[in-house]
Amino acid sequence: MKKLLENRNVTGWLMVSPLAAVLLVFLVMPIVLIIIVSFWRATEFSIIPAFEWDNYAFLFGSPVTYTVFLNTFKYAFITWAFTLAIGFTVAYYLTFHIRSQTWQIALFLLCTIPFWTSNIIRMISWIPFLGRNGIANSTLMSWGVLDEPVEWLLFSDFAVILAFVHLYTLFMVVPIFNTMMRIDKSLIEAARDAGASGVQILWNLIIPLTKPGIMIGTIFVVTLVMGDFITVRFMSGSQSANVGRLISNDIALLQYPSASATAIVLLATVLITIGILLRFVDIRKEL
Amino acid sequence: MEPRPRSFYILSAFFALFVLFLYGPTLTIGILSFQGEGGGLTFPMRGVSLYWFFDLFEQQAVGDIWGSFRRSIALGLMVMVTTVVVSVMGGLAFRKKFAGSGILFYLIITALVIPSILVSLGVGLLFSQSGLNVHWSTSGFGAQLTWTLPFGLLIMFAVFNRFDKSFEEAARDLGASPWQTIRYVVLPIIAPSLIGVALFGFTLSYDEFARTLLTAGSYNTLPLEIYGMTTNVTSPVLYALGTLTTLFSLLIIGAFLALALLSNRRKARAGSDAGKAV
Repeated sequence: MKKLLENRNVTGWLMVSPLAAVLLVFLVMPIVLIIIVSFWRATEFSIIPAFEWDNYAFLFGSPVTYTVFLNTFKYAFITWAFTLAIGFTVAYYLTFHIRSQTWQIALFLLCTIPFWTSNIIRMISWIPFLGRNGIANSTLMSWGVLDEPVEWLLFSDFAVILAFVHLYTLFMVVPIFNTMMRIDKSLIEAARDAGASGVQILWNLIIPLTKPGIMIGTIFVVTLVMGDFITVRFMSGSQSANVGRLISNDIALLQYPSASATAIVLLATVLITIGILLRFVDIRKEL
Repeated sequence: MEPRPRSFYILSAFFALFVLFLYGPTLTIGILSFQGEGGGLTFPMRGVSLYWFFDLFEQQAVGDIWGSFRRSIALGLMVMVTTVVVSVMGGLAFRKKFAGSGILFYLIITALVIPSILVSLGVGLLFSQSGLNVHWSTSGFGAQLTWTLPFGLLIMFAVFNRFDKSFEEAARDLGASPWQTIRYVVLPIIAPSLIGVALFGFTLSYDEFARTLLTAGSYNTLPLEIYGMTTNVTSPVLYALGTLTTLFSLLIIGAFLALALLSNRRKARAGSDAGKAV
């Protein structure tokens, strides 16, 4: 018995057994089941075990699928570009322009607190800004920029991307800030002494050294946006679609097999994207 | 000190705008929730009143706000405790390589990146196909853990990467058993970071929507209740509820941060708890 407990494989598995159990029951088994159900057949009232490729054939045969996937990538890419630009700038400011550590922590916390509040509420809170009689429209009208309110502020692709940037920029700020804080400040001094300009220091020193943080932030933002269905539904007023909404619409119609097939294709897409991104960074080293 | 470069002022303005962008909308609905009785979802304010807050306590046309609030708190606490315990055990285990640790690590990353609707759909299917009823405290609980555990574990990995192993070696040299080493040396040192794990566990669960959508069953959690309200409530009562739950979240975050600050201070003052193990 004692010898058994000294074996590192045994103790290791004893310690991770609760973790492994949760992941097995609530992650692995559900995925396997989704794969199985994606080959089943659906009637109006129930789903029937079968093995047929019809769900996939229908999915890949429908032009809607390609539009929706393209739309999903579009959201992911635009959101990524904005969150990266904003996140990098904020992290850069906190790391290199704030000199006292207390202020650094305080301002960093100021950026992170919204992350711990409800996403749904944060989406709802755009209504008074973007609505037809909202703050944006009435301000622009009082400035004389607009003659009549524009309709496309709320319930449009613009609103969707605005909400994504609002919700997810934090996922860029945190990892980028984390890697930037570990850059040795003497490297920057050395570069300056050697005659590098501010832009050169940023481009040839800070950005390459921050790449792991950028990659981790990218993984977060891209997966969150690609897997989303609720932001798109709420902020577009059900006028735009992404893959997540395709799945949730099928679920609402109890078409579980076809929802499962779409879900599997989405999962594969996300995992391939992550796989490509992970080639550039070793996550465990960066924590 | 060298003088501030011009870029400092530009970036400060950028940062201020970013903070305004983060908080502005929430503050707006905070103000609008005090809308007078005849007021609508946007400005102008028609008087200032607490009408919509009182309205929250009245019987609503649909749903059960306070019941869902209680359920969300209970679920949040369950998820919080489980996340802390499981993450600490996992973090300790992952310090040494064991057979299959690589696969398990990739599973954790998968849990982090998998689209939330897949978890919802998969767990929902799993329960319905095995003849079990979905319920927030069983299927909902498990579905949320797939989201909170990766965060807890990543924090623990970060903590143990910076952990000075010489403390443990010293304890072992002094004759402490493995359990004593963990209980009296490792746990007290990592305690402040556990507050962070607990904060993640509670708030991520309290605000979770997608993973509970198909797994909560007939009793809604608060985010599901709020989402339901967005489709059929068009009065500022929605803002009042939003303001209240945001205030509640801020209260929780404040409490956790105060706790973290306090435990850091105590650690700095007391230095160590050497001798307490006897």
